[in-house]
Amino acid sequence: MSESSKDPNLEIDRDKGNFSYDVDYEYDAGQGLSAKTIDYIADVKNEDDWIREFRHKALKVFEDKPMPTHWASDDLNNIHFDKIRYYLAQGQRPSRSWEDVPDEMKETFERLGIPEQERKFLAGVEAQFDSEAAYSNMKKNLEKDGVIFVGSTEGLMEHPEIFRKFFGKVIPTGDNKFSALNSAVFSGGSFIYVPPGVKVRQPLQAYFRINAESFGQFERTLIIADEGAEVTYMEGCTAPKFETTTLHSAVVELVALKGAKIQYITVQNWSNNVFNLVTKRGMAEEDAEIRWIDCNIGSRLTMKYPGVVLKGRGARGEVLSIALANDGQHQDTGAKMIHAADDTTSNIISKSISVGTGQATYRGLVHMPKHLKGCKNNTECDALLINSNSRTDTFPAITVRGDKKSTQHEASVSKVNKDQIFYMMQRGLSEAEAMSLSVNGFINDLTREFPMEYSVELKRLIELEMEGSVG
Amino acid sequence: MNSLEIKNLAVEVAGKAILEDFSLTIPKGEVHALMGPNGTGKSTLAKALAGHEDYEIASGEVLLDGQNIVGMEPDEIARAGLFLAFQYPSEITGVSIANFIRAALQSRQEEGEEFVATAYYKDLYAKMDALKMDRSFTSRSVNEGFSGGEKKRCEILQMMMLEPAYAIMDETDSGLDIDALKIVAEGVEQQRGPDRGFLVITHYQRLLNYIVPDKVHVMWEGKIVQSGGKELAMELEEKGYDWVKETYASAS
Repeated sequence: MSESSKDPNLEIDRDKGNFSYDVDYEYDAGQGLSAKTIDYIADVKNEDDWIREFRHKALKVFEDKPMPTHWASDDLNNIHFDKIRYYLAQGQRPSRSWEDVPDEMKETFERLGIPEQERKFLAGVEAQFDSEAAYSNMKKNLEKDGVIFVGSTEGLMEHPEIFRKFFGKVIPTGDNKFSALNSAVFSGGSFIYVPPGVKVRQPLQAYFRINAESFGQFERTLIIADEGAEVTYMEGCTAPKFETTTLHSAVVELVALKGAKIQYITVQNWSNNVFNLVTKRGMAEEDAEIRWIDCNIGSRLTMKYPGVVLKGRGARGEVLSIALANDGQHQDTGAKMIHAADDTTSNIISKSISVGTGQATYRGLVHMPKHLKGCKNNTECDALLINSNSRTDTFPAITVRGDKKSTQHEASVSKVNKDQIFYMMQRGLSEAEAMSLSVNGFINDLTREFPMEYSVELKRLIELEMEGSVG
Repeated sequence: MNSLEIKNLAVEVAGKAILEDFSLTIPKGEVHALMGPNGTGKSTLAKALAGHEDYEIASGEVLLDGQNIVGMEPDEIARAGLFLAFQYPSEITGVSIANFIRAALQSRQEEGEEFVATAYYKDLYAKMDALKMDRSFTSRSVNEGFSGGEKKRCEILQMMMLEPAYAIMDETDSGLDIDALKIVAEGVEQQRGPDRGFLVITHYQRLLNYIVPDKVHVMWEGKIVQSGGKELAMELEEKGYDWVKETYASAS
């Protein structure tokens, strides 16, 4: 199924993201993880001592923490940390214009449609290729307003005073084994600061691309919306399919100060050799709002539970998530809502689709301690099964103590049955079209909430997945 | 050529023979009614013609304007021009009627052909008006929470939009009150014409007060046992199905 191409190094499958380039990396930390790897990364990034120290401590925490296989999938034991390459880059400074981006990276992002999207509807774009951002640019008017949107490497270097104040405060190194790993070897990701009262109308977007084999991508994103500020951030991810495993382990921290609003949208389409183990959490101060929209398609195993700590009175948190587990994939996703102030509200809507041997697991945590008043949570999780081999599990954990609180939890499991598919096919739709229409119908009430460009992209991805799953 | 020709059809469901040596020809421009008691194989015929995988065609041919559709996938049969109005239409959560019919029409388009949304909605609304359907109907999920009458009207609407060469109405009258029945019948009458053949499957004669058939066939134990004009339906109404049972049970 490969297209013809003039470049002999290029292999293409019909999936848009499944191609890779042979790149001679100028910076390569080699395989395996040790204190030396950490020093290599800190050296090439020319980092301050405090951050080097932070990394070394994190490595220790990572090594001391056991794999969470007492509750999570045993498949985690198939990650061979000594085979993974932890840092691959061509340089540490992203270009400000696409012309200056190295050819193979520029072509990659052009094929993924990034520059086109930037022209159409984005306020700023960062494009990361393996460990570092290859391109980063933002509209001039935002710069005038004092908005900062750079890679984390650049953020650390140019804005240490803001960076250090919030870095690692929402997700401490020891939160879990993979947040510790990220804290040790992180590179790339976005650093965003929106000054008080500034409302960024168009979305800022980051695109994370894995190109190399046996590679681990550990981006670190920190987004701070100052009082009354508003920002929407969107991330997209793809990687080519390799025989060996690829590890993607990001940490994303959001800070919404008083009255601020942050909307964080993810559409990931990983190939099924990727372990995607990501920690995402936001902290919402008084009257602030944090909303995660999380769409997980692909990967071998995804473990991701975006959370919001509702720290200030009247804070609101929301997680809207969609997970599609196709043959051989496991989507272990969910949400965490930690109510830590009066009158805080949270909403979780999770929809999972399991196809073939695909497995979807929902884990939810809602915490409301006794002394709080006026807290509300709504949790809905719906699962759709396509054919009988599929499996779905729901593990909601809602701890509510004391009165003057309300929680609501609803769960449903439905099946796309043969009669429904026959009915649609009798109207002329192919089996794949019928299945993707069912799936799109199932998630429709959620995708209506998404920005249009992303719901279109999601629809397209689901169509591709369904085509692949029909005999 | 210009007919739906069912020749010596044998259909099995889970290994059990339901239809045997069933033959029937519906020329374009004619409306044929297929009547018979419950469990005699009327719905089996409809599902088998539409290519449902549970209804295995053991032998025989079905020629749609000369093309044998036996063994084709349900969507291929549909696009070849056969429409089945279901007795129990499925619900499709989250998919609006407008989007569903649109997807069905788009599946019939040639590659590179453009779908003109404005013309589509104009056509859709005109046909909904003819069926006395409220405009707000288009945004509801297909068949979800519909009354029996709404479901059937929705089937007729789809038929009107897809303009098939042959339409099979599988007990479209079941579960309808008299007003809904009239509307459905009017829809069929409007669609009647030289370019379309109908097979109207019904248990009751009352539908045929509103859709006047060119031919009436009586089915019993997987076969057509008697054919005639519209007066045959009246006769059945008078004598009841016991008459069919008595006459043909003894013969077999």
